[in-house]
Formats: sequence, C-alpha cells, structure tokens
Amino acid sequence: MNTLIHRLSVAGKTLDSRVIVGTGKYDTLEQMRNALEASGTSCVTVAVRREKLYDRDGKNLLDFIDLDRYTLLPNTAGCFNAKDAVRVARMGREILSQLGNPGADWVKLEVLGDTKTLLPDPVATLEACERLVQDGFKVLCYTSDCPIMAVRLKSAGASSVMPAASPIGSGQGILNPNNLKIILEYLKSDDPDYPVIIDAGVGTASDVAQVFELGADGVLLNTAIAHARDPILMASAVKHAAICGREAYLAGRIPKRLYAMASSPEEGLITSRPW
Amino acid sequence: MVEFEFNGKLHKSPSETTIRGLLESSQIESRYCAVEVNEEILPKDQYDLYRVQPGDRIEVVTLVGGG
Repeated sequence: MNTLIHRLSVAGKTLDSRVIVGTGKYDTLEQMRNALEASGTSCVTVAVRREKLYDRDGKNLLDFIDLDRYTLLPNTAGCFNAKDAVRVARMGREILSQLGNPGADWVKLEVLGDTKTLLPDPVATLEACERLVQDGFKVLCYTSDCPIMAVRLKSAGASSVMPAASPIGSGQGILNPNNLKIILEYLKSDDPDYPVIIDAGVGTASDVAQVFELGADGVLLNTAIAHARDPILMASAVKHAAICGREAYLAGRIPKRLYAMASSPEEGLITSRPW
Repeated sequence: MVEFEFNGKLHKSPSETTIRGLLESSQIESRYCAVEVNEEILPKDQYDLYRVQPGDRIEVVTLVGGG
C-alpha cells in the first residue's frame, strides 16, 4: 500500500492517518486506548474541563494516551461564545506545552449556538477564529456545511476548515454532499493542498468512505466509534473505509449513466435479440 | 483563612496558601493541569510564588475525553 497518499498534511505537520478520533464517550479508558490503536489515527482530540475536586477515580485520560505517538488536538467543545472559546484554547495550550506535545498550539475551535442542535454560532466562531489566529494558534475550525462561512473562516486564517457532515453525534452521515463539494471547490480552487476535514455526524464506515470519495482530506469522528456495539471493530472499519475512500477518490469514479453499458463484447454473440 | 472561588465553588484555605499548596491539598496532579487566576493563566513557575487572595477566582482544568 502506498502509505504516502494516506497521510494528512495540516497546520505545518504531516499525520500518518487521515482519521482524527475523539476521546469521549467510551465505556472505559482502556476501551478508548484500544479503539485509538485500531483506528490507526495519529491525532486525537481532547476536551478541557475543570479538575474534579471530589469523587476522583484516580485515573487521568493522559495516562491512557501515548503522548509520543499521538498529536493531541485540544477542543473548545461546550463553548457558546468567543471569549470562553479563547480562554479554553489557551488553557489547553498551557497543558500541552508543559507536556511537550506537538499539538500544543493547535485547537479544534468549536463555538456552539444552541444546545439542542449543537450547530455552530457562525458569528462567534469567526470572531474566535480571528482572535486565536492572532494569538498564534493553528485553528482547525468546526463549522456548518455553509460554503460562504467556510470561505470566511479560511480567509480569517484557519489552518483547516472542518464542516460538519450532520449535527454532532447524530450519526446521520453526510446530509448535503453538494454543499461539501462546493466547499471543497471554493477552498481548494487556487490552493489545492488546503486541508478540509469533515467533522461531526458520521455514523458508520461507509460515511467515512463517502467523505473521502468527495475529496475531503480528513475526517474527525467520535460517537460513531465510541457508541458502536463494538467500538474497537468499528475503529478498524473506519480505518479501512478512509483508505478505501481516499483510493477511490484518487482512482476516479466513472460517470453515472442513465442507461446500461455491457461489459462483455458485442461481437461474436451466438444469441439473437428480441427486437 | 482566605475565602475564594475554586472551580466555581466557594473555598476556604489557610492564609498564605500558594497555588502549589492548593493543588496538593486537592490531590490534583499539576503535571496535567492548567491554572487560571481571575481569567489569566498562571505560569507553572508561579505556582510556588502566588498566594491566593481573598475573592480570587481560580480555575484548575485538565484534559478529558471529548470529541
């Protein structure tokens, strides 16, 4: 297998896998560790939260993530305004820079507008993106599948624009492939290496394959793996689907035709036709 | 005693408590955390020097699973 075509270049780094995996919602930290391994990922996203002052179980997520192997991508999940997102991003950077992880100046920016849909607040997302870029962050920016917003975020300096396939955790897959095609066209027309990562809404491996068949550079998912009946097997399926989808994209699908086209030769037939 | 807000809750510690002391008394692994005092990040080399002031708002965060 040509592994070079399965690498993802983003924010000045090259990752060995095009799959970025979330670390939430697993039954146990051991299961999470095994799912990350099975997914083949080299980049995982993590959330920033208050230390528990009571009822500690004594386990820390970072004891289950090999910091020499994985680039950690801190996220601003749970932020509903630009100010909070900037604060959380800075705290994530503070933790990772102490640990010497290459993801220290990365942030998966997520500024939400509504608790029910978890759709992004476009105005606050753009504001936070501008502030974080100015502050030296490499911003990987979660957004909706709106092409205009995607263009605005790239112009604001986002290292990657990450449109949602469908709402976070919904498992609905790609709801609007046409918008994703437009985003890919707009962001890559004069900058073909600009990374577009589809973030959120993926439900199963075939959704991952479709992400790559559309021409996206990467996929970011969590719930599809963590809430599968067998998370480790699903992680493996996702790994293979990403490889399949990317190779199919590079190979080029045939155009769709209204009518059939025989694969066997017309010449030399011994049969007669009904008309 | 000094009274301050610690991760959103009212907290009391002996006067002169440092951030290092606060973390240790709370059994928090300082290697995995970041500390914010009144919305400004406190660098790790200040943990032994900064003494908690009355009314401070202190946030101590770590990384947890998320997507």
